[in-house]
Amino acid sequence: MAEGGGAVSAALALAAPPLASFQGAVEFIFTPQSSSVTGGKTVGGLEQVVELTLTQLEVTFLALALALAVALPIGLYLGHRGTGELLAVGLGNAGRAIPELALIAFMAAAIGVGLLNVTIALAILGIPPILTNAFVGVRQVDRASVDAARGMGMSELEVLRKVELPLAVPTLMTGVRGATINIVATATIAPLAGVLTLGDFIINRNVYGDDGVLAGAILVALLALALELSLAGLQRALTSKGLKVSIA
Amino acid sequence: MSAAAAALPLAAAGEVGEGFFRERSADTRPCQATDALFCFGWARDNIGEYVTPAIEHVELVAISVVVGFAIAFALSLLAHRNAWLRPPLLGATGVLYTIPSIAFFFLLLPITGFGRDSAVIALSAYTLQIIYRNTMTGLANVSPSVKDAARGMGLTERQILWRVELPLATPEIVAGLRIATVSTVALATLAFFIGAGGLGEPIYEFITFKTNIIIAGGLAMAIAVAFDAILLLAQRRATPWRRAAAQ
Amino acid sequence: MRAAAALLLTLLLSLGVAACGDDDEGTTAGEEGGAGAIVSNPENGDVTLTVGSKNFTEQIVLGEVYAQALEAAGYEVKKRLNLGSETVAREAVKSGQISGYPEYASTALTSFFEVDPEKVPADATEAYEEAKADFEEEGLTAFPPTPFASANAVGTLKKTAEERDLETVSDLEGQSQEMTLYGSPECRQRIDCLAGLEQYYDLKFKKFVPVDIGLRYTVLDNNQADLSILFTTDAQLAAEEDKYVILEDDKEVFPAGNVIWVTTPEVVEEAGPDYEATITQVQEGLTLKVMQELDARVELEKEPAAEVAAEYLESAGYTG
Repeated sequence: MAEGGGAVSAALALAAPPLASFQGAVEFIFTPQSSSVTGGKTVGGLEQVVELTLTQLEVTFLALALALAVALPIGLYLGHRGTGELLAVGLGNAGRAIPELALIAFMAAAIGVGLLNVTIALAILGIPPILTNAFVGVRQVDRASVDAARGMGMSELEVLRKVELPLAVPTLMTGVRGATINIVATATIAPLAGVLTLGDFIINRNVYGDDGVLAGAILVALLALALELSLAGLQRALTSKGLKVSIA
Repeated sequence: MSAAAAALPLAAAGEVGEGFFRERSADTRPCQATDALFCFGWARDNIGEYVTPAIEHVELVAISVVVGFAIAFALSLLAHRNAWLRPPLLGATGVLYTIPSIAFFFLLLPITGFGRDSAVIALSAYTLQIIYRNTMTGLANVSPSVKDAARGMGLTERQILWRVELPLATPEIVAGLRIATVSTVALATLAFFIGAGGLGEPIYEFITFKTNIIIAGGLAMAIAVAFDAILLLAQRRATPWRRAAAQ
Repeated sequence: MRAAAALLLTLLLSLGVAACGDDDEGTTAGEEGGAGAIVSNPENGDVTLTVGSKNFTEQIVLGEVYAQALEAAGYEVKKRLNLGSETVAREAVKSGQISGYPEYASTALTSFFEVDPEKVPADATEAYEEAKADFEEEGLTAFPPTPFASANAVGTLKKTAEERDLETVSDLEGQSQEMTLYGSPECRQRIDCLAGLEQYYDLKFKKFVPVDIGLRYTVLDNNQADLSILFTTDAQLAAEEDKYVILEDDKEVFPAGNVIWVTTPEVVEEAGPDYEATITQVQEGLTLKVMQELDARVELEKEPAAEVAAEYLESAGYTG
């Protein structure tokens, strides 16, 4: 009995510092406070959390939109024509190797800091997975369905829009989800280039203290998970009903 | 250096000689003090500074991927035998995959502290889903008739797994490993935030100096390509029948 | 796998190095083992000192200078440079993560001890005495100051200053609300930075953007910042007189500070008399001109801080 109690309290003591840290982080999220490092100024609190979250979402969606605008037409076109496989697939592989930190730092050094430049840098990360998956998605559509559509007198654009694109949606959405995860994650280091996202809490421990760092980490993780869940839902909604039946 | 010292008047202790101060003007500025995209001379003279970070980077990735592979592989084997484990495992690894690494590092800070441990945990957690998924796909793609044939030859289920299914799934498994490794090389540039070193450290040190960013970023990409090539070669050697079939 | 990758990398690197000769210039000079040389004391070998620094060039150079000097004096030395802001560095000393770090006396007084900027003593020794007394109250201590002093400053492009007719910080009145100010993240809460500009000059800016300190000239060059927080010891100011100007701090909100070594009495006790003696000895040569030269070599010529520090120690006769 006594031994058991000792073990429990020892375990609690071991868990105490992490628990206290997480408690501090949660307080930081909801109420502005002057932590040990801020010298009087209050930081954190819901208002700032909302502001930084909105900026992170803004830059994420802008970058995603830009990436889609560039990658989707090219990927669909190449997939429809059935050419450029090397480019489409090679780009996807190469894209994964781009070091996020170097990309953001290079853009900041070469063209400067700010929303536009960070958007471009993040879009560069989003283009490869979208392009590759758009290509693969269209490519893998059964050629017989495509020929049947042509036989029915559809124009090439109609074939792409009415037959290939709907059938490519599941693959395409996988690419969009991959791109989004990478973009929202990398948007966390955007404060290095002058765009204040939730990463400000993490990178600038100087300002926010340990509670702020942990709060930032929690918020960034939650934001990424929320985005991923919504996109997974969107993917399910966009997948044509016939396809869902055939998968099931 | 001693020859130069003899030529200059001796300075008092604590005082540098006049010769210590360099002339600086717009015309005499070296490349690295300008806005140039890349300074070859500087790169040549300073490439040595990148060796330690690059080795740290390679180590960090190798350890993280090995740990990630060990766990993901074990999970795949469990899920292969117990179908009910598949949805929760896919969900759990999916969550770990989605949490941005930099957030993951600092979520671990109160638990595992500053340093390489936290970086390895976060990076290997990231690789789990990629490796797990590909391994499961590889195992699922093994045709039932092949397994039936193996059973007919009197192999036990365990022997079928290790001698038939896993070898046939190897290309898929390695494909997952390659994706995980290449992505981890890129992500590891963020590991210096949690004190685990790597190529992010020099990038951050001269964050406005393009030559520096290109060298460190280029090295990271070269490491990714090298890992990828090594894994591809290893797979070719491990699955000789595929080459035979191709011929 | 790891060995192969390392091998490949080594190969790659050696190719790059082999492609060219070694063209190191012998720019340094000094007496070898002269009167001012730091003498290694074998007794110090049992003591390990961890040298810290804040996260910008001058601090890293200073960290290297002190670390190499202590090493020359026979100590076992570890480095934890590039820690972060003053608050992070102070915490690191308090928690024993580092043995000490260089701090500007003015920063210590205004940021840590909430001294009004106009009350920071102009005299280096007085400022040091005051900071030391304050440090002692929280269980820390400090060694005497360097010859050079540095301060934050509001900088801008010369052409902006001319267009807007700016000479002093007060001239920003009426114009600042349409100007963008860039500074380090902690600038937001520092009196000798944004907080002081708001509080003492009563200035409001269109926007304050926190960026990495390393970007302080880049944001001016790219016309992104109208104003940027610079350091008076910056090499860029001397090297590009026609490009950048500093606005005069007419209300004396940005006091200059000489660097003092912040440490704890426990470390002083453990490390013995050579600790303070070495620190104060090696910083004797750090005049404003020398510090600017050292900063320039790292910041402009991108030489490694460790090498630049070693050149200083050798040229000034501290090491052979």
